[in-house]
Formats: sequence, structure tokens, C-alpha cells
Amino acid sequence: MKYGMELLVAALIIVFAAVFLVQDAAIRASGEEAWGGADGEAADLIEASGYEPWAEPFWAPPSGEVESLLFALQAAIGAVIIGYVFGYWQGSRKTA
Amino acid sequence: MHIMEGFLPSPWWQIWFLVSLPFIIIGLYQLNRLVQEKREVLPLLAVAGAFVFVLSSLKLPSFNGSCSHPTGTGLGGVLFGPCIAAVLGLIVLVFQAVFLAHGGITTLGANVFSMGIAGPVVAYFIYRAGTRVGANTYATVFCAAALADLVTYVVTSVQLALAFPGTAGFLGAFTAFAAIFAVTQIPLAIVEGAVIMLVFKYIVQLKPEILTRLNLLSESTIRKLQEATA
Repeated sequence: MKYGMELLVAALIIVFAAVFLVQDAAIRASGEEAWGGADGEAADLIEASGYEPWAEPFWAPPSGEVESLLFALQAAIGAVIIGYVFGYWQGSRKTA
Repeated sequence: MHIMEGFLPSPWWQIWFLVSLPFIIIGLYQLNRLVQEKREVLPLLAVAGAFVFVLSSLKLPSFNGSCSHPTGTGLGGVLFGPCIAAVLGLIVLVFQAVFLAHGGITTLGANVFSMGIAGPVVAYFIYRAGTRVGANTYATVFCAAALADLVTYVVTSVQLALAFPGTAGFLGAFTAFAAIFAVTQIPLAIVEGAVIMLVFKYIVQLKPEILTRLNLLSESTIRKLQEATA
């Protein structure tokens, strides 16, 4: 099948998203806060033992908006490169 | 898997810098040679690096109510080996440490080791073993990428448990950190493996000669793979 693998991956992502939606609904119904970052949870666990981090980031994004901007920028840089290279290969194959 | 700035006490942060350093030096040397001898693989190198950029910026919700991100370093590990993948991981981790306060400069050594070295080493050896026994190429790539992702988070848990054994001892601490990291990561690792498998299929379709040039696949295997999806 020509697009067998694409369908398989798409199905997997849909299952992944569906499980998230179901779980999110359950968590909201119980009134808990969730979906924080695992990195931060590990940091909280360490700080709970009384450890004080001995260094601070010298610059941190001033707000959640700026942080998400920079994360989106990071993904965009990567996506542009991937798209460019695959497009270039596709094009040079067609004209070869 | 990012260990935050300042969250590794001495001597651990120095130890992880020392462990990661040789991989980076060998990686830079290999990179230099690759660029000089096989210039045509440069676009593929760019794709492998760009993949780490994209995947490590996506924080995905996992099944246990917290968010984590895939690593994307499995692709670089399979294609170019762990040392070059370590250099790609280093670039992304510096970007995130400097601009996003995500990870840190003092913990860079430890983070490079988990994401840039441990993960790609696993991916590299799984791929080599899979092709040697003649396993399905795409299934091998899937396992390599998914396990590279998972191992990255297991290694982070080990790194933190070594530095913070607490009263529970190393094993107890490892279980606590792995509960945060590894469990969150299992579904994400599966998705990452699937996405990288798909990308590998496109490389096989569009630029198979690069894969033979890197001694990753023989021409007969490539023909078989192309026929299967044609």
C-alpha cells in the first residue's frame, strides 16, 4: 500500500490526541491542575529536599508569551530547513 | 530531560562535562571530515539538526498529566553516529539554555550526555544490529528513534538520582525521578519513533544515494523498500 505508513502514523497521532482529550476531561472534572512540564516537576522534587540551585539563568524570557515566541521560532527554523531540503531533493529528482 | 540551571551540585556538573567533552571533540573532527569528503551529505546533516530543533521545541501532553518533549536526536544518531549527533544536540541545548532559560549552562554537560550522546548511541547500535540481522528497515528505525528518546529520559533520571540520592538511596531516588520522566516519555517516544520512521521513508524515496554513500543501506535493500511503497 502506497500510503500505508502515513495512515499508520496518522492513526497513532489521533489515538494520542484522543487519549489526551479524555484524560484532560477527567482531570478537569476532578478539579486538579495538570499538564505542567516534567522538567519543572523534577526541579520541584529536588527543591523539596531543601536543595538551593547554586546558579540562575542569566537571562530568562520575561513572560510566557515571549517564551512561547522563542519556542515557536525554534520549531520554525527547523521546519524551514526540513522543508527546503526535501523540496530541493524532490525538485532535483523531477528535473533530473 | 533538561536539568535546570544550577540544579546539579559540584562535582556532578563537572563530571558530566568531562564525560561529554570527548564525544563533542570526536564529533567535530568527524563532522569536519564528513564535510570535506562527502559534501553531498550536507543537506541531510541539516535535516538531522533541524529535526532536533523541531522535536525538542514541542512540549507534548502525555498520559499521566504532565508535559514533556521528544528529542529528535535518534535520527542524527542513526544517520551520522553518536558523536556527530552529540554536536547537533549541543547546538540545540545551547540555544535553549541561552534564549529560553530551559536547561542551563552549568548543566549543559549532563544534558548533552543524556540527549546528545546516550540516546544517539542507543539509536546507532539498534540500527546497526537491525540491519545486520536483516530486520525490516522501517521497524528498526522506529525502535532506534523511540528507544533513543526513552533512554535520554532514563539517563536524566540516573543523573539526578546520582546527584540527589536523598534518604531513599540511589535506587529510591531513581524510581522517583523515573516516575516523573520515563513514564511521561513512553507515549511520546512511540510518537517520535513513528514520525522519524516516516521521515526515513521519504529519505529512501527522494535521496537513497545518500544512504548508500553513508553505508547505511545497500542498493538492493533500497530497491526493495522503494518497490514496497511504490
